[in-house]
Amino acid sequence: MIREYLQFLWRSFRVSFVGDWRYHLWMLVLTVIALLGLNAYCRQFVDGLITTGMTDQISWGLYIANFTYLVGVAAAAVMLVIPVYVYRNRELHDLVIFGELLAVAAIIMCLLFVTVDLGRPDRFHHLLLRFNFPISMLTWDVLVLNGYLALNLHICGYLIYCRYRGKHPSRLFYIPFVFIAIVWAVSIHTVTAFLLVGLGGRPFWNQAIIAPRFIASAFAAGPAIIILTLQAIGRFSSYEVARPALMTLRQIVLVALTINMFLLISELFTEFYTDSAHAASARYLFFGLHGHHALVPWIWTAIAFNSIALVLLYLPASRGLKILDLACVLLIIGIWIEKGMGLIVPAFIPSPLGEIVEYAPTVNEVLVCLGIWAFGALIYTIFVRVTIPVLSGRLRADQPIDDILYEFSQPDRAKELARGDLA
Amino acid sequence: MQLPVLDNSRFGGGRGEFQQRRDRPEVSRRRFLRTGLAAGSGLAALAAAASPLSRLAGVDHDVFANFFQKHYKAMSRAEIDSALERIRRDVGRRYGVAATVQDVRPLDGVEFVYALNLSRCNGNRRCVHACVKENNQSRSPEMQYIRVIEMPKGTLDVEQGNHHFDSEAVPDQEHYYLPVQCHQCANPPCVKVCPVEATWQEPDGITVIDYDWCIGCRYCEAACPYWARRFNFSDPVIPSDELNPDMSYLSNRPRSKGVMEKCTFCLHRTRQGRLPACLEACPTGARKFGNVLDPDSEVSQILRTKRIFVLKQEVGTLPRFFYYFDERYPRSGEADTADDSHDKSVKHGGTS
Repeated sequence: MIREYLQFLWRSFRVSFVGDWRYHLWMLVLTVIALLGLNAYCRQFVDGLITTGMTDQISWGLYIANFTYLVGVAAAAVMLVIPVYVYRNRELHDLVIFGELLAVAAIIMCLLFVTVDLGRPDRFHHLLLRFNFPISMLTWDVLVLNGYLALNLHICGYLIYCRYRGKHPSRLFYIPFVFIAIVWAVSIHTVTAFLLVGLGGRPFWNQAIIAPRFIASAFAAGPAIIILTLQAIGRFSSYEVARPALMTLRQIVLVALTINMFLLISELFTEFYTDSAHAASARYLFFGLHGHHALVPWIWTAIAFNSIALVLLYLPASRGLKILDLACVLLIIGIWIEKGMGLIVPAFIPSPLGEIVEYAPTVNEVLVCLGIWAFGALIYTIFVRVTIPVLSGRLRADQPIDDILYEFSQPDRAKELARGDLA
Repeated sequence: MQLPVLDNSRFGGGRGEFQQRRDRPEVSRRRFLRTGLAAGSGLAALAAAASPLSRLAGVDHDVFANFFQKHYKAMSRAEIDSALERIRRDVGRRYGVAATVQDVRPLDGVEFVYALNLSRCNGNRRCVHACVKENNQSRSPEMQYIRVIEMPKGTLDVEQGNHHFDSEAVPDQEHYYLPVQCHQCANPPCVKVCPVEATWQEPDGITVIDYDWCIGCRYCEAACPYWARRFNFSDPVIPSDELNPDMSYLSNRPRSKGVMEKCTFCLHRTRQGRLPACLEACPTGARKFGNVLDPDSEVSQILRTKRIFVLKQEVGTLPRFFYYFDERYPRSGEADTADDSHDKSVKHGGTS
């Protein structure tokens, strides 16, 4: 039993190292970026967070911004799960696993982003010894994120491993967890929003609309990422992605982005029509304050991208993949800016004492972020690399893996041979 | 930096070669060598990426004791004593200074409050620098717990203030000066948010940090409405001859990089009957400090008789730091007891 499982891990390991030149190039590039990120982080670890652009005035920056964004991506995996298990939409069935694997990769990236943000990561174990639960929202976040990681690892791991052994998965072992994961997905993003919303000293965050907006924007950006990922999987592997699945996702993105824009308008109206002192951060973000306007170009780019994406998605032409992909890319970037430069940073400007200090990330900080993104892409590629032959029944416990290794190392020749054999 | 070498002969050649490779022993040996080479280069690249770690200072002999040191509140008397001894040793090693490191406990029946007379403060910033010296803050970059804001007369909106005024002489007739430091709130948002309970409110109302427990997430810094907390973005730099050797565990002992710190009302002084360093340095008499539970204390009298206010009352933090202006004309016909609610604890009496 355990031997069989270890053999599965060993085979997964071998499979993930075999591929044609495109695969090797992709993995090499990701590895190099991840190592550059590790190098930058080691520098930060030795010298302290002085290597970042953060200050006492702006004490959270790019790390927390990426963390917030990726929590949304992870939560959005559930948008594939709901149609399958609640509405029994069969088209998405296999795709659920790719969505949940994306959630796993995203949560791992989240945990890395939180870790690199810590001043004393060597004291991480203090969390286990004195855990300020339920008072501190950060402890809630630790629980829900790790819980979500465990849930998704269990669901994907169980389904994939059953398929590998050629057994039928027992519903009892995964269906209840699927439903827990659906609720849990909403909770991870809600808790992350509450982390910011609960701070009375930061009026920009201290608004009830933040949590619903988080969910809406995540459910737009997350499925958009999945749309692009699935097409990449379809192009670079033997896996065929059904077009109706992409169209279902398009619907989800469309609705979520519409709600997100509506909530944004509600927020802007409240801030600017009232025009109280509480709107200082919003004024800084959208128009600049006392001659400082570093974030103004960012937020208008985000709003432009999101608006164009919304219009594109409402056009029938977005049923074509080119327009759909363009809309997805625009809104992924738009929402990333909205969460980072548009939500985390402006809450610190002006400072609670009215001082305006602007924030610009350093090269080292950007390298750490890129490194984590590359690492996330790396593990996701490996997950998918192993999952596809398992789902198609080619990688099985009772068969040697030489055929898979050959097919992976020479995909074109393998295809020719397959055709030749048929003829 | 070295990068992993990837095996690229694997995707040249025809199918025959693939078959042969599996059969011929010398090919599999070559493959083994190639795998080894790739793994070796990968490890070398990893080592190169991690190379900045070699700049970490050598392991000192207290590293394990420090790692396993418990939370301040969980330590026994003996454990605290050995922690104090370790701190003393560390100060000796790093600065060559023989320090006294105490664990000064709060006194019964004492709740400290601060009162600041804005009519007197003239913006000379002596308090700021006395605080830096007293509390062993980093000098490079200099960290300050007190921020004095130059405010235009006629407003309390800090956004209109100037944090970096650099006048030839103070006070300037157009402005008044608003010093802000930790308000030692009775309902502190910073304490609520800490995930590891590294910061808490002591019975005498002072919010402290266990610098050896803080993980450096800076959530408290985001939560504080008075911008009273500071983070050590790098290792603090203090010249040995400027180090204040009179230290305590919860206040002015040297901090490490990556942890938070803040004003503690100089608890190593005030819990032993002395006044805070900022007050002692103030040449104008604007600063008043004392026990609010003692009805005869100066601060109790100020809270009773002056028209006091707190900053950002709407955020509900119940500060123990009060501001007031001298009244130009005495109020006639008003009894001293009009504001009687203030001679109780801040916690119970509130600020209104």
